Order: sequence, then C-alpha cells, then structure tokens
Amino acid sequence: MSEAIKQQLEQEKSSWFYKVGVTFLLAILLGWSSSTFQINRVSDNGLDIAKNIISGIFHPDRRLLFNFTKTGISYLVLETICIAFLGTIVGAVLAVPLSFFSAVNIVPKPIALAVRWVIMAIRTIPAFIYGLMFIRVTGPGAFAGVLTMSVCSIGMLSKMFIETIEDLDVRIIESLDASGCNTFQKIRYGIIPQLSPDFISTVIYRFDMNLRDATILGLVGAGGIGAPLIFAMSSYRWNEVGAILTGLIICILIIEFFSTKIRVRLARG
Amino acid sequence: MRLYDKVFPPKQMVLSSGKTVEERFTRIPLILTGLLFMMILSIHITGFRISTLMNRGNEFFVILNQMIPPRTAYVSQIIQPLLDTIKMSLLGSFLGSILAIPFSIIAAGNIVKNKWILMTVRLFLSLIRTLPTLITALIATYIFGLGTMAGMAAISIFTFAYVGKQLYEQIETVDMGAFEAMEAMGANRFYSFLTAVVPFVLPAYCSTCLFCLEGNVRYASILGYVGAGGLGLILNEKIGWREYDSVGMILLVLFMAVFLIEGISYYIRKKLT
Repeated sequence: MSEAIKQQLEQEKSSWFYKVGVTFLLAILLGWSSSTFQINRVSDNGLDIAKNIISGIFHPDRRLLFNFTKTGISYLVLETICIAFLGTIVGAVLAVPLSFFSAVNIVPKPIALAVRWVIMAIRTIPAFIYGLMFIRVTGPGAFAGVLTMSVCSIGMLSKMFIETIEDLDVRIIESLDASGCNTFQKIRYGIIPQLSPDFISTVIYRFDMNLRDATILGLVGAGGIGAPLIFAMSSYRWNEVGAILTGLIICILIIEFFSTKIRVRLARG
Repeated sequence: MRLYDKVFPPKQMVLSSGKTVEERFTRIPLILTGLLFMMILSIHITGFRISTLMNRGNEFFVILNQMIPPRTAYVSQIIQPLLDTIKMSLLGSFLGSILAIPFSIIAAGNIVKNKWILMTVRLFLSLIRTLPTLITALIATYIFGLGTMAGMAAISIFTFAYVGKQLYEQIETVDMGAFEAMEAMGANRFYSFLTAVVPFVLPAYCSTCLFCLEGNVRYASILGYVGAGGLGLILNEKIGWREYDSVGMILLVLFMAVFLIEGISYYIRKKLT
C-alpha cells in the first residue's frame, strides 16, 4: 500500500465508540419493544386461515370482476379514482396558501412557525376521524370521502410545497425587476416557472398515495372501494376480497406507471 | 400527439446560422381539457356540491368543539396503548427494513444481471406495496389473533415493501468503479459489495428507515381500528361511546409523541446526510 493511502487511513477518525453506542441503543430499544412479538397468541388454526385467505385471493370471483354495472368492481374503482382525484385537487388548492404562509422567505418567522404547527396538527388527526366529521356535513357517501382526502392531503402537500418555495431563486425576480417588469410579469415569468414542475410532481405523487389510502375511507362509510372490501373480509368471502383487490391493484399499478413517467419528465424538464 | 401537431402546426423559426428549428404548439390546452373532463366526471360521480359545504360546513366543527378541552384525567389510561403503538412501529420498522435488504440487493440492476430475476422481484415488491396496510392488518388479525402482533406484522410488511423499493433505487445509483476495483484486487463479490457499495448506501438507508418509522407511528394509530392493538383500539372505543373529550386527549398525546419522534428522527437524518 502506498504511503498516501496509509496516511489517509490513519487520518480517518476511529468510530468504534460511536458504532458500539448506536448498536447498544438499538438493542435496548428492540429488547424493550420485543414484548409486542407474541407468537403464542397465534390462533391454533392460524395457518389454515392463512391458507384459505391466500387460495381465495388467488381465485378471484370472476362474476364480480367482469361486472360493469354500478355494483361491479369497475365502477367501484372508478369511484375511488374520482374521490382520490378530486380530493387531491381540493387539497392542493387548500395547501398552496398555507404553504406560502409558512415559508420563512415570505412571511416573518413567528407566523411561519405558527402556521407550521397548524399544519402538523392537521396531519396528526387520523383519516377516519375526519371521515366522521365530514359525514356530519354531507351524509355518508363519496362526497365525504373527497373532503376527507383533501384535508388529509394538506399535511404532506404543504410540507413539500414549503421546501420548493424556500428554494426559490430570488435573483431571477430581481433581474426581472431590473429590466422593468411589472408585478404580474414577475409572477408569470419569475415565480410560476420555478414552482410549477415541483408542485405538479408533488400533486401527482399525492394522487398516487391517496389512491392507496382510499380504502381507509370505507371504515367510516365515506365511499370508495374500502367499504365493500372490508365487508367482504369480515364475512370471510375471500373470493370477493380477491376480486376487489385484483381490481384495485391493477388500477394502482397502471396509475403508478403513468405518474412515474410524468414525474420523470417533469424532473428532467 | 402527432395528430395534435398536425392540427396545430409547430412554429418554424430560422436561426442566424440558416438552420430551421420548430417550436411545438403548447400542450396546455390538451392537458387542461383532460383535467376538466376528469373534474366534471369526478364531481358527477362523487356528488360534490359547494352549496352543501356552505350550508352545512359548520357541522364539521361540532365534533371538533366537543374535543376541546380534552379530558386531561384520561392521560393515565393512554400511556400504555401509546407505548404499545410505539413499540409496534419500532419493531415492525426494524424487522421490515432488515428483511428488505436481501430483496433489494436482488432487485438492483447493477448487482444482478439476470433480467427475469429483476423483473420478478420488482413486481413482487410493487405488488406488496399496493396492498393497503389496513387490509394487511385485517388479514394479520385473522392469523395472529387480536393484539399488537398483528399490527407489528402489518407494519413490517409495509416497511419491507417501501424500504425495499427505496433501497434498490439507491443501490442502483452507486458508482460501481470502486466495486470493480475491489474485484480486480482479488476480493470476492461479497467482500467487494461490503466495502464498496454498503458505505455509500448506508446513510441513505438509515434515513429511509427513520422516515418510515415516523410515518409508521402515525399509521399504527389507525391500525387499532381493525383490532391490531395500540392507540387505535381505545380511539375506536371512545369514538363508539362518543366521548369526544377523551378522543381529543388521545389525539393530543399522539400529536406530542409524533412531534417528539419526528424531531429526533429529523435531527438524526440531518446528521446522516
């Protein structure tokens, strides 16, 4: 080994203390949390049930799968897509002002921090509680689902929006100012082109996530594919579960494929 | 797209060098029409009505008002489920992220050259990722019985799929020069992987796992709804009895716990990068 490499190696800080510390801490945490691992509670016929579930899921109910009326899978999937779509758009509309009010380069720091607390509080309340609240407003159904999705989207959307806004390059706006642009032109040519690719990419990603999370809405009767799925599961009709899951998974995979393509194109410009 | 270009021909421009370039007509009208169509369809299907929102919007705050002030006396009964939730997500995240390592190595295009193996493993990962966590938890409660074990299993499956995908993408971005150099020096593939790829990926991997843990604490509170133990269990119970002041207290405690965990994890992730 050459001298230079040896010297470099000796300069490297020895990190064994750090490593041992982290390992020790991790071991303590895992030991503490291992009480959740209760294998003895496994019901005696657990394996049988698992076998039934898996065989049911792999033999989906064909009649339900190719039923194109209002009770069929295709309509349920369409309804779920619509809930996620509209929810994402309403959520984005709500998130934009919130994120402008919590970006430190736009408003004073105390206001920004306060708005951030509000956003975090919004994010902490689980989706089904929003579902319960909105069902009081609209009655059970897809409308409540849309509103729930939109409020649930605010947290993540505004978190990403804030990062984009704080990365805003002010020099561009200054140069537009110097060349005599008015406020509208500054926004149109200085701010929107900087923000829109990231914003759109975030919104598309959130749409993807909302589609996955839409099953939660079924718990409280806020529309979508969740309710039939959970009913089928609690009455052990695994063929039906298989059919619904097949529809949902195919739909999610297709939309994920397209959204990844669009987002890659947006990122490359 | 070609048809679109025929209807709206691209603008021709001659540069000073004599070369002609084409500026394609803006795609915005096309995208806007698509979006508008989707919006109208969605509004029709979901029955979205602004007027209902205006007239009955105040109903939204009824439950919220009942949550405030939260019943502070209830704290003593929240602590144990909260600890259960945290334990569940801690162990679940750990098991899931450990399990993800071998799968993501097989799914990384620069380590495994066989296209079919790559395709199968990636499809497997994305299939598991599309399974809603709630459904996994429900299935787990049938197999493992009610309790934290089911929630832990659901969380570890979700973490497995998420971390697996992130990790194989990170492995693929590693510069393979160091790996080849190790192999050229005579190290076997395993050893060269250990010394040339792992140090590059490790910080990003740890940060992904922590990020996942953050999300899992939040998610674990929902899982109780299907009987998978933790905070969700008492949350469900209190909602059923309409004791919204207790619900408010549970949410407040959850908020503080999440805030604390996010703070710690944010600090560690900042240090890692």
